[in-house]
Amino acid sequence: MKKSGAEILWECLVREGVEVVFGYPGGANMPIYDAMLSYPVHHVLVRHEQGAAHMADGYARASGKVGVAMATSGPGATNLVTGICTAMMDSVPVVFITGQVAAHLIGGDAFQETDVTGITLPITKHNYLVTRATEIAEVVREAFYIARSGRPGPVLIDICKNAQIEQTEFVYPEEVKLPGYQPVSHAPKDQLQDAVRLIEKANKPVILCGHGVLMSRAEEALMQFAVKTQTPVASTLLGLGAFPASHPLSLGMMGMHGEVHTNLAIQNSDLILAFGMRFDDRVTGTLKTYAPRAKKIQIEIDPSEVHKNVFVDVPLVGDLNTVLTDLIPLVDEYDHDEWIQEINGWKTEADARSIMNWPEDGKLHVAHLIADIWKSTGGGAIISTDVGQHQMWAAQYYFLDKPNRWITSGGAGTMGFGLPSAIGAWFAHKDQEIWAIAGDGGFQMTAAELTTAVQEGANVKVAIMNNNFLGMVRQWQEFFFEKRYSAVNMLTPDFVKLAEAHGVPARLVTKHGEVGEAIEWARKTHGPVVLEFRVEQEEAVYPMVPQGAALDQMIQRPARA
Amino acid sequence: MNYTFIALVENKPGVLNRVASLFRRRNFNIESLAVGRTENPEVSRMTVVVDCPNGDMDAHKIEANLYKLVNVIDVQDVTHQPSVTRDLALIKIKVGPERRAEVNGLAEIFRARIVDVAADSVIVEITGTEDKIEGMIELLRPIGIVEMVRTGQVSMTRGVNDGVRRVPGVNGHRYEDVSELAAMTP
Repeated sequence: MKKSGAEILWECLVREGVEVVFGYPGGANMPIYDAMLSYPVHHVLVRHEQGAAHMADGYARASGKVGVAMATSGPGATNLVTGICTAMMDSVPVVFITGQVAAHLIGGDAFQETDVTGITLPITKHNYLVTRATEIAEVVREAFYIARSGRPGPVLIDICKNAQIEQTEFVYPEEVKLPGYQPVSHAPKDQLQDAVRLIEKANKPVILCGHGVLMSRAEEALMQFAVKTQTPVASTLLGLGAFPASHPLSLGMMGMHGEVHTNLAIQNSDLILAFGMRFDDRVTGTLKTYAPRAKKIQIEIDPSEVHKNVFVDVPLVGDLNTVLTDLIPLVDEYDHDEWIQEINGWKTEADARSIMNWPEDGKLHVAHLIADIWKSTGGGAIISTDVGQHQMWAAQYYFLDKPNRWITSGGAGTMGFGLPSAIGAWFAHKDQEIWAIAGDGGFQMTAAELTTAVQEGANVKVAIMNNNFLGMVRQWQEFFFEKRYSAVNMLTPDFVKLAEAHGVPARLVTKHGEVGEAIEWARKTHGPVVLEFRVEQEEAVYPMVPQGAALDQMIQRPARA
Repeated sequence: MNYTFIALVENKPGVLNRVASLFRRRNFNIESLAVGRTENPEVSRMTVVVDCPNGDMDAHKIEANLYKLVNVIDVQDVTHQPSVTRDLALIKIKVGPERRAEVNGLAEIFRARIVDVAADSVIVEITGTEDKIEGMIELLRPIGIVEMVRTGQVSMTRGVNDGVRRVPGVNGHRYEDVSELAAMTP
């Protein structure tokens, strides 16, 4: 039976298991929106296409499925760009579907025509321009396969309006034929043996757990490996939750705002086991002095990540879960008690300076608020964050024991990500508690999505950490620009009134004594809620490795007088 | 140092742009790029000469990144492999009847051909390695080159391709069988 290109698109989306799409209609994708009405897919109308991209991203991260976002041509598509880049940098599987002007108009600067495949070429794993209806089924099938397999990532499909309207025979492709795309799964046996030899010799090993552990669903394999070899586990920002924070072998977060003992452990280690992480500059500090005595083993699915920043002695290219599962039977049981005690010694020293041990001073400190939310939610909520100081504090003090509950923009560092990604996550787990933690700056970038949350009944709790500053930039200006504050003072609207104008119940919290009750109120109130916390204005995130410094050259929190 | 890569890519619109964009994005400078059809209508072949200031490490990065492109079927770094390399140049020289014989003589030495003669100019066609062509250009320059065009380098390894795709990112040279590729490779 013949179907229109738009109908074929939805047929394919339904077959891919798509239940919800986030988007915004416009001239060039109207046939798609018309056909949508006949299919069992829920559409979430956003207030800005960037919101759609982040929602699809948050949905993908929380569910482990492929997210879908839609927009029209021209400005609709370009508004997605920040969200596409965010998904690309963090390897999140999202399929973006944009409308395009009719094929015969392409190149003629038609109304709302933009070269979207050109614009998104460097920020997608792959993209397609579809000019005929006959191409749609194959392209959609390929797009989902590419997005979710290998190293996941965003794929964009730009569909010309004529292709949406044309009628053609619908044939769902049995299989995907991509001669040039062959993700590897197993690593070569002799290289596994090379790795085993290094592991045998190590006295001070550390596992660096990255986002790849979550993407590959290798949490259990990681646990087995870590316990069997008694190797402490440090996590990247995006790897948080892959290894339980409460486990005795957990070291918490590494890097620029990582724990002191974690960074010291890496710098003093004699073997680094990099699992699904890419040695980003935010986790290595200067490469010249990075883990100087350590041999390095990297398990990585993307060959281009091997030797990119750090030369590794044994690269194991393959799917992390597969490679780890192959590796575990080959290694013996070890104990590294001395090494773990050495690390614990550093931890005890660092803990003495912890902000958690500060006496009550009546002021609101973000770190304390995060800890309060953590306690109140029993550590079980899905946490999405925006980008900046509050993000680092959330990473440090919301201790995650379970995977896929930490939704944050790492590689791209996209402000405005927090609220929409939390809404997306809600569609993945409507039964779970979801908190969006944002700063006053980032929240204002995508605050319009509050209405989307209301329209959808998204049960998302928003905590705005308002210091009337762009806090992280302010901190850098304080540390590295002689406190010459430039464009960081920020007037904020009355967030409570703003939320209420959207129909969202809201409260302002200014005193420490009100915190616990406000959090409980937010948790009990059904639907979206906003809490504005007026926090200490000029506080810095510690520890901090200044850009370009060695990983163990941390600025530590000054001891409190 | 210049490295030479042969890439087999799917013959689809926009693939050249993807490859070129990759080099730009990763900040590599293309010295020469030649693209053309192969005996298989679904496959195009590129010979890319790239400046690699960090030697093999850069070459590895280029190879691994090229493989990330979905439309790239196979990549070979032929820099250190025995291979046949050719470049073709058309060189127009401003020369009257009085010095034509001189040009003719040079062409003979370089096994080049004069493919067009006008009243005040000749066009010389030369095929060969880059060194050979550069050598001839140097000798023709004093006579007066007015126009020149080069195809860019094309390369082919000696012997029969073993039909295997190399998986980069792995120490040493390890191979993985790829049956689909065997079907598509020359």
